[in-house]
Amino acid sequence: MPRPSPDKTMSLREAIAAFVHDGDTVSLEGFTHLIPTAAGHEIIRQGRRDLTVVRMTADIVVDQMLAGGCVRKLVSSFVGNSSAGSLGELRRRIEHADPEPLEFEEYSHYGMICRYLAGAQRLPFYPLRSYAGSDLPAVNPGIRTVTSPYDDGEQIYVVPPLHPDVTIIHAQRADRAGNTQIWGLTGVQAEAVYAARKAVVVVEEIVADEVVRSDPNRTVVPSHAVDAVVEVPRGAHPSFAQGYYDRDNAFYRAWSGISKDKQRLDAWLAEWVHGTTDHAEYVAKLGDEFWAGLAVGEALSEPVNYGRRL
Amino acid sequence: MTLSSASSARSTSSEVLSVVASRELAGKRTVFAGIGLPTLAASLAHLTVAPDLEIVYESGVCGAHPSHLPETIADAVLITGAEAVLSMPALFGYVLQGGHIDVGFLGAAQIDRWGNLNSSVIGDWDSPKVRLPGPGGAMEVMADSREVFVVMRRHDRRSFVDELDFCTSPGPDRALADGVRPSGLGVTKVITELGLLARGGPGEELRLVALHPGVTVEQARENTGWALQIADDLTVIEPPSEAELRLLREDVDPERVYLR
Repeated sequence: MPRPSPDKTMSLREAIAAFVHDGDTVSLEGFTHLIPTAAGHEIIRQGRRDLTVVRMTADIVVDQMLAGGCVRKLVSSFVGNSSAGSLGELRRRIEHADPEPLEFEEYSHYGMICRYLAGAQRLPFYPLRSYAGSDLPAVNPGIRTVTSPYDDGEQIYVVPPLHPDVTIIHAQRADRAGNTQIWGLTGVQAEAVYAARKAVVVVEEIVADEVVRSDPNRTVVPSHAVDAVVEVPRGAHPSFAQGYYDRDNAFYRAWSGISKDKQRLDAWLAEWVHGTTDHAEYVAKLGDEFWAGLAVGEALSEPVNYGRRL
Repeated sequence: MTLSSASSARSTSSEVLSVVASRELAGKRTVFAGIGLPTLAASLAHLTVAPDLEIVYESGVCGAHPSHLPETIADAVLITGAEAVLSMPALFGYVLQGGHIDVGFLGAAQIDRWGNLNSSVIGDWDSPKVRLPGPGGAMEVMADSREVFVVMRRHDRRSFVDELDFCTSPGPDRALADGVRPSGLGVTKVITELGLLARGGPGEELRLVALHPGVTVEQARENTGWALQIADDLTVIEPPSEAELRLLREDVDPERVYLR
């Protein structure tokens, strides 16, 4: 008889209340795919303050959290609305300190990846072949150099480890214990989870243990690294979940206009975040016709044979 | 000055830039490209001068076989049917830093004569006039690709500057000055609305090597923020051929998503 998994499931409201506190360092990862938007919205609804948000590609959800007044400091390697334009609130904060300044710690993509790798492995730093000759080390004292102790005595740049208080990721599915399966772009999610003290996994669906165990190689984050499992269908909108729904490119294009006008942005937050009790209401408010426009067809993988002892 | 008036009334600026960039990919095997003109150029090159070309996307996709033209580097159509999808540590660590990319494509707000790029800020970093998206993976593309091609839609003194407001992605000369041995050549080609600039590697400035038909050396000089060197064997760029335009319009981007 297979052992049943412990149950770490809870509502998103409970998970954010339990694992995200004022002043925390919160990593939200998902590289253009599976962006944990629903979690960001719940953080705004619960009025968290003074957060340090860590996210490689600080895009729409970060702009919304900035506008929601949740963020004191941002750690990121790309601050733009994908290739669809600008982040209005982020630019107001950085360019005009409006309504208040934003502390900004800037790295390159691989610099952020190496920070997660160092954090996940309890290393004091991680070396990489970037930054030599860049102006970035001059404005970011966290980027330093070491000399190789080996024969060539090569000088190389290093970045410090990241240890978020909590990492939140979105995934296609998990079992109740938190064995989390992702396919398509897997990004830096596993590293971000292992670097953190606590981890919350938001999924499209919670599945039976047997579903996960039928394909263990698809588990990107095992349950021992997960503290809470939350089922929130369509929780990655306007980004996408491979095999579940497509990216809402129209919303990405619209965001530059919405966020450019502070009043429009506040009205958007009032209607879609503060004006909805949870993500299910946000999803329902968008309507069936809208979701039909993001529906995807089937493209199944060929099953593999894991084999069994005869 | 726009390309449609400068060179061929038959083709748009995007088409000309894509065609010129595609020709420069002759014989290349791996290209690291973002969505937009670089993808158009690489896709066209795949059908013309570089049949073995593989496009590697920053999202981790290798060997994509998309059913539709992707709208982003992470478009779901790039994943379905792809040959491989890698995690970020594998993509940046093994593929890029491991030295598997022949040509990286980059854009920038500003470029200087050595091919150093600014994609961070206009003005001062601490209180910028304009906050730009920042490095993303550009720094790694510059440091780790064998060579880098830059496509600049605008060729003017605001973009081609004597001194960058901020150096986001440094070329090999700046890396050397910082005590680190660079592994690639840095920027070797800059494809613009006026022509083609090129440099061979460390120690070399970008030189004007070709002009679009109807563009003069004076125009190129006037629109460049440093004393632009001109190649002795300056050539005129062959306008896009009927065949190149047909492939671009009918096979690569039939819905004209990027061929605006």
